[in-house]
Amino acid sequence: MKEKVMKWVFLAAAALSILAVALICLFLFANGIPAIAEIGAFDFLLGQKWKPSNDIYGIFPMIVGSIYVTAGAILIGVPLGILCAVFLAWFCPKKLYKIIKPAIELLAGIPSIVYGFFGLVVLVPIMQDIFGGSGKGVLTASILLGIMILPTIIGVSESNIRAVPMSYYEGSLGLGATHERSVFFAVLPAAKQGIFAGVILGIGRAIGETMAVIMVAGNQAIIPGSIFSGVRTMTANIVMEMGYAADLHREALLATAVVLFVFILIINLCFSMLKRRAD
Amino acid sequence: MDEKKAINRLSFGERMKNYKRNPFSLFLAALVVLSAVITLAVLAALLLYILAKGIPNLKPELFEWEYNTTNVSMMPAIINTLTITVMTLLLAVPAGIFAAIYLVEYAKRGNQFVPVVRMTTETLSGIPSIVFGLFGYLFFNIYLGWGYSILGGALTLAIMVLPLIMRTTEEALRSVPDSFREGSFGLGAGKLRTVFQVVLPSAVPGILAGVILAVGRIVGETAALLYPAGTAAEVADGFFSSGRTLAVHMYALLNEGLYMEQAYATAVILLVMVVGINALSAFIAKKAGVK
Repeated sequence: MKEKVMKWVFLAAAALSILAVALICLFLFANGIPAIAEIGAFDFLLGQKWKPSNDIYGIFPMIVGSIYVTAGAILIGVPLGILCAVFLAWFCPKKLYKIIKPAIELLAGIPSIVYGFFGLVVLVPIMQDIFGGSGKGVLTASILLGIMILPTIIGVSESNIRAVPMSYYEGSLGLGATHERSVFFAVLPAAKQGIFAGVILGIGRAIGETMAVIMVAGNQAIIPGSIFSGVRTMTANIVMEMGYAADLHREALLATAVVLFVFILIINLCFSMLKRRAD
Repeated sequence: MDEKKAINRLSFGERMKNYKRNPFSLFLAALVVLSAVITLAVLAALLLYILAKGIPNLKPELFEWEYNTTNVSMMPAIINTLTITVMTLLLAVPAGIFAAIYLVEYAKRGNQFVPVVRMTTETLSGIPSIVFGLFGYLFFNIYLGWGYSILGGALTLAIMVLPLIMRTTEEALRSVPDSFREGSFGLGAGKLRTVFQVVLPSAVPGILAGVILAVGRIVGETAALLYPAGTAAEVADGFFSSGRTLAVHMYALLNEGLYMEQAYATAVILLVMVVGINALSAFIAKKAGVK
């Protein structure tokens, strides 16, 4: 009797994550879709102007902003992260590894608001000094996000590099290649798929990041003209205006979250497909 | 690592000779070392800067019980952080452990339900915290009519950390050898008894490491709490009143823009808490022998 009951309890607990995802989809879509319908899907997604005071809601600048900033973060974070993972897996002395590995894990644990604060008080003034202007913009946000996705990229890349059979390395050495060439041209290509899955994971992190980006991006709701001009991401759009928005404005913000959510779902799908293939 | 060294052991001189013959290899080696140095330098800069600027601003009055505009004390926020953390854990830990027990101990091979659970947990762990925050607001605050409440905040966070607890518990349960279960069955214990008295106790360290990691995420979370729990700066006086955690407190200070010094001090406390929590988790995980 007790066995039976508890089995159902365990089953119910396992079903909780399904319930949670269903509820999140239901409430987000139910609150966001009507606004998209009212504004018009075309005007909403491709509209270039976001002027809540005039009831004009086009989130195209924010979609572009999110893509720019995420692409920038990938350009900065991915090469650095992969090289760092190569260092950890193939170049790092064991004693040093015991110090460096926890340090990199620590990077993952730092709250995003602290990253944002660091960006605001350190990165922004540096950018101001070098490039002039406000110091807030696409480049600053990309650098900060690039740092924030480092632990993800490093962690996934390292475990995939380590999973490559030793024989690849040995074979390359046997053919007369140096240690470096063997690692880069025999081991690394074999880990390619897993590393790519890690990059997708990083894209998901970067596009969903809110609190750090909002501090350093400048948040102007226009399509940025250069890498130094201010940019507003979809996440920032929500946080900036949710506090005082009402009626259609509020619903337009929820619809922004719907668009963000759809982006994330697509990224998640790509990730699980890639991971399955890498395994 | 040792194994790798043994294959290609070179003396310093030999290595230099190699590099001379093959400058591209030297370039690659330099690139790899440089990127590691950059990563560590960024971490060091972040920690040192915040500690150096923040510690002088840690004044005793920031830890007074009352919050007001002349003294933006962080004590209420610290208390709220503790309350919300405990509430979230009470909700998420049993649910996560039970779910993992089902996946590892009960679900049979070829069960149609398991892939669905896995897919949704994976989806959950990829959802950005701002989306969780909006969902919590729409569901708990508006649909259920709770308004800004720490209970809504805790429930939102519980959904957010559920995948983390499920995954770490699953790993911990799987690392318990089957002979433990067989021994217990052999002695005549039922399934339930085996799970609770044999399997679960041996998995505790691994589970604990995951729980502590979840605490780290809860303490550092801002976006998911902003809307469900609100930003009231006082100690929440019940499940259904609003209260800000330390991370939300820091966001509010930065947003007001008047309290930079206090924000530095808050950053230090936040950083120390999170670093401590992570170190504790790593330590326990190491003891448990899980990676």
